[in-house]
Amino acid sequence: MRLFVSEGAPGSLPVLAAAGRARGRAELLISTVGPEDCVVPFLTRPKVPVLQLDSGNYLFSTSAICRYFFLLSGWEQDDLTNQWLEWEATELQPALSAALYYLVVQGKKGDDVLGSVRRALTHIDHSLRRQNCPFLAGETESLADIVLWGALYPLLQDPAYLPEELSALHSWFQTLSTQEPCQRAAETVLKQQGVLALRPYLQKQPQPSPPEGRAVTNEPEEEELATLSEEEIAMAVTAWEKGLESLPPLRPQQNPVLPVAGERNVLITSALPYVNNVPHLGNIIGCVLSADVFARYSRLRQWNTLYLCGTDEYGTATETKAMEEGLTPQEICDKYHIIHADIYRWFNISFDVFGRTTTPQQTKITQDIFQRLLARGFVLQDTVEQLRCERCARFLADRFVEGVCPFCGFEEARGDQCDKCGKLINAVELKKPQCKVCRSCPVVKSSQHLFLDLPKLEKRLEEWLGKTLPGSDWTPNARFIIRSWLRDGLKPRCITRDLKWGTPVPLEGFEDKVFYVWFDATIGYLSITANYTDQWERWWKNPEQVDLYQFMAKDNVPFHGLVFPCSALGAEDNYTLVSHLIATEYLNYEDGKFSKSRGVGVFGDMAQDTGIPADIWRFYLLYIRPEGQDSAFSWTDMLLKNNSELLNNLGNFINRAGMFVSKFFGGYVPEMVLTPDDQRLLAHVTLELRRYHQLLEKVRIRDALRSMLTISRHGNQYIQVNEPWKRIKGSEADRQRAGTVTGLAVNIAALLSVMLQPYMPTVSATIQAQLQLPPPACSILLTNFLCTLPAGHQIGTVSPLFQKLENDQIESLRQRFGGGQLEETLDLKAKMSPKPAVAETGTTAAPQQIQALMDEVTKQGNIVRELKAQKADKNQVAAEVAKLLDLKKQLAVAEGKPPEVPKGKKKK
Amino acid sequence: MYGGGTELSLLEKSLGLSKGNKYSAQGERQIPVLQTNNGPSLTGLTTIAAHLVKQANKEYLLGSTAEEKAIVQQWLEYGVTRVDGHSSKNDIHTLLKDLNSYLEDKVYLTGYNFTLADILLYYGLHRFIVDLTVQEKEKYLNVSHWFCHIQHYPGIRQHLSSVVFIKNRLYTNSH
Repeated sequence: MRLFVSEGAPGSLPVLAAAGRARGRAELLISTVGPEDCVVPFLTRPKVPVLQLDSGNYLFSTSAICRYFFLLSGWEQDDLTNQWLEWEATELQPALSAALYYLVVQGKKGDDVLGSVRRALTHIDHSLRRQNCPFLAGETESLADIVLWGALYPLLQDPAYLPEELSALHSWFQTLSTQEPCQRAAETVLKQQGVLALRPYLQKQPQPSPPEGRAVTNEPEEEELATLSEEEIAMAVTAWEKGLESLPPLRPQQNPVLPVAGERNVLITSALPYVNNVPHLGNIIGCVLSADVFARYSRLRQWNTLYLCGTDEYGTATETKAMEEGLTPQEICDKYHIIHADIYRWFNISFDVFGRTTTPQQTKITQDIFQRLLARGFVLQDTVEQLRCERCARFLADRFVEGVCPFCGFEEARGDQCDKCGKLINAVELKKPQCKVCRSCPVVKSSQHLFLDLPKLEKRLEEWLGKTLPGSDWTPNARFIIRSWLRDGLKPRCITRDLKWGTPVPLEGFEDKVFYVWFDATIGYLSITANYTDQWERWWKNPEQVDLYQFMAKDNVPFHGLVFPCSALGAEDNYTLVSHLIATEYLNYEDGKFSKSRGVGVFGDMAQDTGIPADIWRFYLLYIRPEGQDSAFSWTDMLLKNNSELLNNLGNFINRAGMFVSKFFGGYVPEMVLTPDDQRLLAHVTLELRRYHQLLEKVRIRDALRSMLTISRHGNQYIQVNEPWKRIKGSEADRQRAGTVTGLAVNIAALLSVMLQPYMPTVSATIQAQLQLPPPACSILLTNFLCTLPAGHQIGTVSPLFQKLENDQIESLRQRFGGGQLEETLDLKAKMSPKPAVAETGTTAAPQQIQALMDEVTKQGNIVRELKAQKADKNQVAAEVAKLLDLKKQLAVAEGKPPEVPKGKKKK
Repeated sequence: MYGGGTELSLLEKSLGLSKGNKYSAQGERQIPVLQTNNGPSLTGLTTIAAHLVKQANKEYLLGSTAEEKAIVQQWLEYGVTRVDGHSSKNDIHTLLKDLNSYLEDKVYLTGYNFTLADILLYYGLHRFIVDLTVQEKEKYLNVSHWFCHIQHYPGIRQHLSSVVFIKNRLYTNSH
């Protein structure tokens, strides 16, 4: 028989790895053909690898070839192997070809690649874990392992694409990769070039269509209904019968909360919001609300919990805002700190401390860390070229420069980071820089600065990550971001700035400078704690006893996972470092981005004006929490989820359960005589409760919310099937049955009220008041479902929990927030603009005038390009660039486009 | 993939399995799932089909030699990946063209033995073949012969409509 392979064809990997099985049973010749050669006479499209059998028949399916080799060696087919191979062909391959194509042909990276295969990888990991075997179809390596390994190897051989948290997949993959036949196949096909060896082949392939509709989705993954064993049912019944007795005593409230030896001490931080921006819904779900759910959950578990946050107040942005409003920076901070605090209070965020960074403690702790770093040789001094806007007469903070990203060419990169590719940027490297305030072109000036010597700390960081990451709950995106930083190598990072509003640098010659916010903002957590208690070091210098959870959006990962840990490790003062870094993806608004400048989206202070209660906002934001992938806020979806999940499912169930007790049993919980069906329901609820715990322990907040909704769906079904409203009018036995069903249902409602507490605290309290749930049961959530409302318990007055959202109400909100404030904003800008021409945004110039301007823009663009190509003097280039920008602005005005509206910002 | 539950019920009957399993469907593509009595559930059309064949003690339908077994599985995979609920007309015509040229010198997909591959591909293609014009049926003459042969195989067609093939060629230039 003859095997046809082609350079870089991924299918060769499993085939060559399996070929050894046939050795000695048939002679195998191998021929290499081009990627477009048609080997199989009857197939229209070229296909490799192909095995031509001695009978003349062709095997053109990679799995079938591998299967044939295994069959020759005497292996017998089985259901489980068939199932894996079918899954490989129908599910894994489409996802994998898309990922490989993105990576190899389109040069995409990170989540753009991993996104399409993550679900498939998780499926393998879960299966390995569930069956508790080292291999896919049992104790020994077999056909399924070779086929899947071969398919996955090109992608997973790069550790960046083998998520560490999928530990079962990880060890399965490593085991196979070190086996001799696999190793040899890998060397033959990839030739030590890694995944790029596939390029010559993949380039010739049509672009695979991406797996359907999974990029941005708010829908949950499907779950199979679990089967219950007799034992599980019996255990659920025993736990239920114990009831309130099994609750431990409530832990007393401490003030201040301090770590206790021998207990679980959970320190939770939410990224510090920048003081002069009103947070939008994306900011709220990304940090404070997510952290709040976890903090409330942590308290329900009786863990010793401290949740802190505060406003990040130093920096140029504050100075600028102060100038705008004619106040001092301190007054600006005072004013906006209150606005922030009010918004979070409205959203019912349960901070133990909500502090701020402009305090003497901040100065003290920051300077102390700095001195320790300096004394240990981790601080460098260097001259920095910096952008200075001559018109505004000041050095420009990174965020106050915009330009073209030097890495990816994105046109609206900020001076510190590009929103598109996520890379950090040195502001002077930006192409076509612009002062964000006056839009003129800044010039480069030099100044002395201090640097944190990250390369020198890299080894310590890696050691620490090596100890911390395995088995921790760092989100995959955070792991990925840190890994890619380390792979690119760390560079010294500037920690000072030419500003006044900041923490002073305690070093001679630096009296006019302050610390860069990225050095000291993360120290804010420490100083905020220090303002809360003088024993703050028991939290922050106590890594053995404290579990630190830090919540943020993914753009904040480098500073929490890398910069601060480096400072803390270099300072050698036994700091508590992050154990679990929880980063969300981005939340989009309808189909675009939130944008303050364009007035698009809902901002924290406006949510209260909508008339929709805070708990409904919390529920919907958590329901669409960008967990693992981007998601989108949609008004229509919010209406739908409120009316279907809250009103018809959860609210309906809880209300009916309570109403039956009031109406049929005079407000007293009836006697319950459990039938086998009831016991099964108990076990199902217990199972779902356990899932809720497992998910929340892993901080999978969005998924845990689904568990609650599943329980209330079970509950609704249970009531529907048993029809207590009919049985109550029937025989004695029927009446008893109605009692049992009502009693069980109202106890499920009580359980839900506690599970709901982290998500919707007000609704939770309302239900508990209606049911008169005994106090300890309100504040403790065990892993078992207990009967907390025993027979004879008297409940209070029951009333509906949720209101229907109406279409016209939602439609008017959509119009109000969908960029409706745009004109107003432009108006304002036009008034502030020094050039009267800019105000005439509505009018359009004559076509020939536009054409003339366009020609000039092209001409000027060429001049700039030429100067840059000749590496001309920077000032000269800058002057020409300024001219170009001015021309562009004129053109925009002539075309009637608003000059300040960013373009192409739609993010998918 | 194309539901799968219907094909499996048809297959059960053709195999003479009386009991009639219930299938649940998973995910947006409605992949069939079978809960077996003594063990974990099985997922996927071809996986369940092979399982049913063994249950009916008709293992010969999976092929008898190593070569035949591999070929049967190859065509099962071909069916489940290529005959898709969302297949465009174009895809189906490429498929019919390839299959036609493959069947040039064959009676069944494995050559001379009737197997599970023939049964499932017949079920999967039925709704496309029904819609072919007389001219198209002539164009894919070998497919037509094979399809006609399978639909007359005892117990296979059941309630599916019988597709009419004209014995005399009408379009002499079309082949």
